[in-house]
Amino acid sequence: MTAFSIRRVPKLGFVGLLGIAPAFAQASEASTDPLWMVGIKAFLVIFGLLTAFAYMTLIERRILARIQIRQGPNRVGPDGLLQPLADAIKSILKEDIVPRAADKLVFWLAPMISVTFAVLTFGLIPFGPKHAFFGFDPWVINLDVGILYIFAVSEIAVYGIFLAGWASNSKYSLLGSLRSSAALISYELGLGMSLLAPVVLVGSLNLQAIVEWQHTHGWLILYLLPAFALFVVSSMAEAARTPFDLPEAEQELVGGYNTEYSSIKWALFQMAEYIHLITASALIPTLFLGGWRMPGFLTAIPWIGGFFAWPYLWMFVKIALFLFFFIWVRGTFFRLRYDQLMRFGWGRLLPLALIWFLIVAAVVAFKLPLSILAWLSALSLIGFSIYVVLGAKPQAPRRTMRPGVGD
Amino acid sequence: MIKDPSALHSPSEEAYDLADAPELKSEVMTLNVGPQHPSTHGVLRVVVDLSGEQILRLTPHIGYLHTGFEKNMENRTYTQDITYTPRMDYLHSFAHDLAYALSVEKLVGAEVPLRAQTIRVMLNELSRIASHLVFLGTGMLDFGALTPFFYAFREREAVLDLFEWVTGQRFHHNYIRIGGLKEDLPEGFLEQVKKFIAAMPARIDEYEGLFRESPIFYERAKGVSVIPAEDAINLSLTGGSLRASGVNYDVRKAYPYAGYETYAFEVPVLQGGDIFDRVIIRALEMRESVKIIAQAVERLEAMGEGPVRDPDPQISLPPRKLLETSMEAVIYHFKLVTEGFHPALGEVYVPTESARGELGYYIVSDGGSMPYRVKVRAPSFVNLQTLPYACKGVQMADMVVVIASLDPVMGDVDR
Repeated sequence: MTAFSIRRVPKLGFVGLLGIAPAFAQASEASTDPLWMVGIKAFLVIFGLLTAFAYMTLIERRILARIQIRQGPNRVGPDGLLQPLADAIKSILKEDIVPRAADKLVFWLAPMISVTFAVLTFGLIPFGPKHAFFGFDPWVINLDVGILYIFAVSEIAVYGIFLAGWASNSKYSLLGSLRSSAALISYELGLGMSLLAPVVLVGSLNLQAIVEWQHTHGWLILYLLPAFALFVVSSMAEAARTPFDLPEAEQELVGGYNTEYSSIKWALFQMAEYIHLITASALIPTLFLGGWRMPGFLTAIPWIGGFFAWPYLWMFVKIALFLFFFIWVRGTFFRLRYDQLMRFGWGRLLPLALIWFLIVAAVVAFKLPLSILAWLSALSLIGFSIYVVLGAKPQAPRRTMRPGVGD
Repeated sequence: MIKDPSALHSPSEEAYDLADAPELKSEVMTLNVGPQHPSTHGVLRVVVDLSGEQILRLTPHIGYLHTGFEKNMENRTYTQDITYTPRMDYLHSFAHDLAYALSVEKLVGAEVPLRAQTIRVMLNELSRIASHLVFLGTGMLDFGALTPFFYAFREREAVLDLFEWVTGQRFHHNYIRIGGLKEDLPEGFLEQVKKFIAAMPARIDEYEGLFRESPIFYERAKGVSVIPAEDAINLSLTGGSLRASGVNYDVRKAYPYAGYETYAFEVPVLQGGDIFDRVIIRALEMRESVKIIAQAVERLEAMGEGPVRDPDPQISLPPRKLLETSMEAVIYHFKLVTEGFHPALGEVYVPTESARGELGYYIVSDGGSMPYRVKVRAPSFVNLQTLPYACKGVQMADMVVVIASLDPVMGDVDR
């Protein structure tokens, strides 16, 4: 019986990396962009993401401040607009402390893994129709295994957190990283299962194909409302945001995995968290809300068109909507305990996602009309509303205490 | 574990009874929390033995805020000692002022005018509300919710503004004197208090709704860290935490002081004994405090102007005006300021109810102008001994919440 060795984990990470490499080789043949253009677009995405991260911190602080009846940062620059710059300078200039007992290499590698794999997924998200970006395609790369790739890469990003906690050689960090792995195995299945519903319905893993399907059939949220809701919840868990921010849990673990991190390394973890958030906010509309297209019913209004139908505008609006939603949740919710998160993941998310996936699969397999799904979605919404309004009297939880040593 | 030793030479799964196999080897991890930690409410240090995230044993270590107040008080006159009392429990500081003043007044036999008593009760209850608001705000912070903190502090700020108006200080009021008060309330003060208590019930409803109707809060708090009534009594738990365990003990009802027996109010008692009830009971108590304040304001308005200090020149300073005309007053003034008064030989203890539990000053007088010994029965200190018991078997994440739910103030623990 070999004991589980924590030192094997980095290898798993690299194996995972190698597993992804062939995916690049299968880039869709329809892509016609020259390689230099792909490079430019990749640079633009990374540059854009980093800027978005910087301003996301400011926007989040301002919105949270509004929720919490205070002002938020408004001193640096007009209305605090230069605050991200000041924060960046500060976090770079701060002393970078590496604990003596830390595993230096992994300690240094962990934030990089975290941020690298967070950045890697955004390039797949289509921002408009073909040739909309100065004659080129408005996405970095169009993979036929798109969703699979996104799923694989974003799961590897958790290794960054996990390794950070382990390499710090501090007890708080270790607890934080254990929590992050406990969280990972709880939400991952629900996340995957809820993602399968659109894949099965559309019949493609390609994000571009999913957006096109929604153009002809209507938004997927109409057919797959439960999957949408489950995916949003799981995305919050993936980004380790407030109801699920147990790996960080300042009040309990003093920062969890990033307790021992300082300076730019700490900032990289923050960056990874926000980039996850932005990616999730872009992925959810792409999968469920028609991607970069404006809502179909608006095309009936004559004066709407031109600028108002601009794909980038609609993508921006949809991303902003979800980012606001995530901030709102952060300002409102209590934090779950990690055993409760696991119970929630295995006991609620996974069964619901599984049941819904089976329904969708049955509809597709027996070639039933799609309207069945739409009706079921509406029914689930009504049912959930009734549950919330009438029946959501909390039940006494089962106690999972066992006596301590020496009892 | 091994069924057939001879099979060991050709090890196969059958050779082992897997149902009987020991669990994976695990170690108990000892984790030091504090004294500098975001949620130990000051400088409490606890050492926990963890199995995974489950707490097997918890040892609190106190003394990081020890300031020697009790000892210092032996070297100051009875009047000067009032400077020290609010600094112990800086969140419900009026309770300490009041408890000390009541003990000394009993020792010297001073009579507090009715108006002063009513003002004391009013300010004490305001202070209790402020303290409970801090409890709710910071307690929710430990649950990972940032927002309630700011809302709780908005109301608390209103209370502190009132205090600043009356006493000139937000925290360390120094307003209560032996035999009464420093001076009467400023003009228009009661109107502001009325405005505050008119707004308060709706706010309390809001907070209570937040706790009662949040499923996550319910999951995290209900049934966690249960202290049964019997154990709570055996551990000398007092205050809201005791009443959440189903024991109806409130000093304001059991041993009334400062005229509490004349006010109509309920003592909320809950039966759960868990974190959930310990939080809810604070919201209920705030509601009762509002009732008491309303009655006090009513009485003060009906009462009109009047003395707020025992006129006995042996205890309280003569009015400033009198010093210009009366030689006698100058002598009393001089004696009181330079030497203080001399209570009779004896010892005294008056229990009171602070926001944290039973609070009392045990004072021994040797007939001098300074107390021979002052011992504070501080509720935070006594309640803190419940912590190892209340934390046994809970998760690490619950520990910070259990600490918050017992509501210790470290200044009150280390005197």
